[in-house]
Amino acid sequence: MRRLSKTLLGIFWLLASVAGAERSAFAASSEADFKQAYAAADAAEKEAGRLRNRWLPTEAALANARKAAEKNDFDQAIAAAREAEVLAKASIFQATSEKDAWKNLEIRP
Amino acid sequence: MASSIRVRAIANGDTTEVQTLIQHPMDSGFIKDDKGQFIPAHFIQELTFEHNGKPVFVADWGTAVSKDPYVKFAFKGAAKGDDLKVSWIDNKGGSDSATFKIA
Amino acid sequence: MARIGRAGSRLGVRSLSMPLAVLLLAITQAAVAGNVDPAAEARAFRDYFFKKFPNVKADDFANGPYALNEDMRRQWEEKEQFPPYEFSLEAGKEMFAKPFANGKHYADCFPDQGIGIRQNYPQFDAASGKVVTLELALNECRTANGEKAISYTGEDMAALTAYMAFTSRGKPFDVKLPDDARAREAYENGKRYFYTRRGQLNFSCATCHVQNPGERLRAEVLAPALGILNAMPIYRSDWGGMGTISRRFITCNSQVRSVPLEPQSEEYRDLEYFLSYVSNGLPISGPGSRP
Repeated sequence: MRRLSKTLLGIFWLLASVAGAERSAFAASSEADFKQAYAAADAAEKEAGRLRNRWLPTEAALANARKAAEKNDFDQAIAAAREAEVLAKASIFQATSEKDAWKNLEIRP
Repeated sequence: MASSIRVRAIANGDTTEVQTLIQHPMDSGFIKDDKGQFIPAHFIQELTFEHNGKPVFVADWGTAVSKDPYVKFAFKGAAKGDDLKVSWIDNKGGSDSATFKIA
Repeated sequence: MARIGRAGSRLGVRSLSMPLAVLLLAITQAAVAGNVDPAAEARAFRDYFFKKFPNVKADDFANGPYALNEDMRRQWEEKEQFPPYEFSLEAGKEMFAKPFANGKHYADCFPDQGIGIRQNYPQFDAASGKVVTLELALNECRTANGEKAISYTGEDMAALTAYMAFTSRGKPFDVKLPDDARAREAYENGKRYFYTRRGQLNFSCATCHVQNPGERLRAEVLAPALGILNAMPIYRSDWGGMGTISRRFITCNSQVRSVPLEPQSEEYRDLEYFLSYVSNGLPISGPGSRP
């Protein structure tokens, strides 16, 4: 009986340490994932900045991403970074399409 | 330094119409500055208009009155050429007063 | 006759034969692209608003929303007996008269001692190749005389421009567009900026001030674009104080959730150039007060 409980204890310990290792492996890849997501968002926002057409919510989402990453909440950080990228890309689309679309509103003689 | 009180008082028969513009920050105490610190409350608590030494309009103000307050009212019993004295006291002990001629 | 919209839709091409229609379209497109006359555009701009608001006197456009809303006008006229900008105006007069550390004055930087000249700004400066607004000119005057530049969005610049506007009250806007390709480009840039949608809300200046003047945006009544700078700088109740053109451009950008540009950046100066030019002939009404 004792040997069984020792074995069971051993198995639980093994499972726990494996699970722990797997968890930390996931955490490490989350930070890398965050860095990748943030880099993509940041690059898009820089392009929007080059076009002189950044949006306030994009900046807010990037700030939220940075704040969450500082607290090691990488799920939240990645979500915010992805939102920022979407917004930045929308602002780029706006700037690009408005290069011609502005004429639709123009008062002409 | 110019007075904080501007007044235009015009007599129309027995009724005198008074308009006043007072320069005062009227800080409510609820607003934060650039550094995130609350700007302390600084507001006029009592505003008094006197004609011939008698108060004709007295206001007890609080933080709900905005910056650089404007007051308009009318009263009876004064005539052109009479004096109208305006004075205020604020919550920090500041005060100002000025006397104007009714036109 | 002022028109808005795509060039193609103005032509009734359906009844014409194909080649002729294509030729006409090509000619019109060329005309639109190369040879539009800013003076004609300004006329069209004014005609658009005169037609939209036939009961408003031309000069009254300088009073913004008060020209379009009776109730607001009544309150404004009463306030004008004792305007909220009085304190800033007095401060501006004192500031303008105060000498710099080197003994010189603002008056030395401007024609006519800086009195009664606001209506001539913005100006295209051939030497620097850029548009010079009154705010920019004031700071250039400071730095040329060893003083530090002051904030374009702060109270001091508002007070100074309030005083200068006051000395020009009633004078018609007289912004020159010289025969210089760079000036013409600045005008075009400003025009393009005005009509371009921006921000997450996807509004252009025209969305509010050309398509919806007189309408309400929350509790505010939108001003028409014609004459919109004539009352600047303004004491805005919303701000509890006086604000410059720079400040207003920046806050308008924020309001449509667009990250504002730097004060007096090229786009803003060109925008001011365009908006002032198309309001030529309308009187300076500044400093103004707004809700």
